[in-house]
Amino acid sequence: MSLKDVKHIVLVLSGKGGVGKSSVTTQLALTLSLKGHSVGVLDVDLTGPSIPRFFGIENEKVRQAPGGWIPVPVHAAQNGHGRTNGNGDAAHTNGLAKVHGSLACMSLGFLLGDRGDAVVWRGPKKTAMVRQFLSDVLWGSLDYLLIDTPPGTSDEHISLVETLLKEATLEQMAGAVIVTTPQAISISDVKKEINFCRKTGVNILGVIENMAGFVCPNCSECTNVFSKGGGQVMAQEFDVPFMGSLPIDPMFIRLIEEGKKPVYPEGTVIDGQAMQTNGHADSDEAETAGLLVEKYTACSLYPLFDGMVTQLLSKIEP
Amino acid sequence: MAPPSVLPACFTPRPATETNVLGLPEKRPITNVGKVVAVSSAKGGVGKSTVAVNLALAAARQGITIGILDTDIYGPSIPTLLNLEGMEPDLDPNNRLLPLTAYGVKAMSIGFLIPQDSPVAWRGLMVQKAMNQLLFEVSWPKLDLLILDMPPGTGDVQLTITQSIELAGAVIVSTPQDLALRDAVRGVDLFKKVGVPILGMVQNMSTFTCTNCGHHHDIFGLDGVRKKCDELGINLLGDVPLHARICHDADAGKPTVVADPDGPQAQAFRDLMEAVGETIGLP
Repeated sequence: MSLKDVKHIVLVLSGKGGVGKSSVTTQLALTLSLKGHSVGVLDVDLTGPSIPRFFGIENEKVRQAPGGWIPVPVHAAQNGHGRTNGNGDAAHTNGLAKVHGSLACMSLGFLLGDRGDAVVWRGPKKTAMVRQFLSDVLWGSLDYLLIDTPPGTSDEHISLVETLLKEATLEQMAGAVIVTTPQAISISDVKKEINFCRKTGVNILGVIENMAGFVCPNCSECTNVFSKGGGQVMAQEFDVPFMGSLPIDPMFIRLIEEGKKPVYPEGTVIDGQAMQTNGHADSDEAETAGLLVEKYTACSLYPLFDGMVTQLLSKIEP
Repeated sequence: MAPPSVLPACFTPRPATETNVLGLPEKRPITNVGKVVAVSSAKGGVGKSTVAVNLALAAARQGITIGILDTDIYGPSIPTLLNLEGMEPDLDPNNRLLPLTAYGVKAMSIGFLIPQDSPVAWRGLMVQKAMNQLLFEVSWPKLDLLILDMPPGTGDVQLTITQSIELAGAVIVSTPQDLALRDAVRGVDLFKKVGVPILGMVQNMSTFTCTNCGHHHDIFGLDGVRKKCDELGINLLGDVPLHARICHDADAGKPTVVADPDGPQAQAFRDLMEAVGETIGLP
């Protein structure tokens, strides 16, 4: 059974679409990796598989071994000694070389012929695919397996939970992180997701409120473009842990879409830490060099995720 | 009074003669409804429901008799957006659901039939049945236009709808972000595969203007949808900027077109409705 050497399985859920589940899954994976854990990410969003795009490995292909599919590697483990690129020269790391665990991922996105192909499947086919992803991928030995889900509570979720409850042990099932935005229509969908977890016996690790405010880089005024405060109120009402609020950071979007290291206007301080400033314009090559996980440490969201993951780890591995 | 159950009591299975040789459902018209337009996007959270509701309200202001059908079974947003949360529809003498009314718009959603916090953890077949009921067992008055607020994804709901009724066209909503566009393109692909005309795309959450200093920020990227439209050869029907009030008003159950009818955001939605109306030939 391919999940037997996975220590902890975490689901990332949301009743609502577009709140940033894939974004949060990616960042949780990168942050866990930066803490030295070996991480796998399974993307079960069959009709909108975004995870390969987030990790910048869209054009990779999945390799097959006699026992099943080999997950596509994002980066190998790095234990603190100097890293070299292919020809043995010290790789340009943008000054950000960090210790990190290995990271690999699996998604339907790798198996599609054309990125723009619509995957128009009815329930039974989706159910079968989810089961196959869980049983036929050779994850090997992992500290954490994160599972990114589509919005809602449909076939993918039901078959996911069913299969996991059968194939994984109770100790392996760490639980679910639920993502929402502050607005009312997100909150109302997320309440359903919480009740879904309760009905199916999935432990809720906490609620993350995403896109909570946009800080204008020009004048620092914070505008609540998607309303305010709903996540925390809901978490209290439902008695689930509230893990934190994340603002909209266009630099993160830029990191994912263009591969450029985040830079912030002079004087930006987040959580007591001065952020990298753009005192001089870096060349394109310098801006995009380095692994995603290393560039991510310059992002303003990283300290927030670091805090949340520390919280999570203390709950999962007390 | 207990809410009407979604299945058996109201559901009348269609007789065998209505399916064609391959066992696929035949397309049927919806009684009393003129044209049907789907507001869709394979991507979640781009603003389909917000755009659909504001479009319907703009249509009402133009004098079009309008209805909106919320086809998102798992996350119905229409009750919240129209301030109809917790309301239950009555049945007409033929046991069909009577739509609720808000701001001059007739509305139906599964959100009216199921307690608000209950998850709808249904597999595909039940979703299909519920969808059929929402499509054919609602007693609409005479409507010029019915707008369908579609759920994200490209699965059972989308297939059932496109196989069961004749759509005048589909409007695809997206934010300028590359990630959203990649899924929106699948939405376009889906409709092309099933032969539904694409009326065009809407660029939502385009530019954010800081209310304090007036600086423009393209938070989700610049003009991504416009460029994609050029690439795919489809119309850009409209552009809606990102403004905190749109969400704030939607949350309060009084969408932009009603809450701030003379503002620039409402104008953007009205322009959008005019463009849609022109494309499908509505007065």
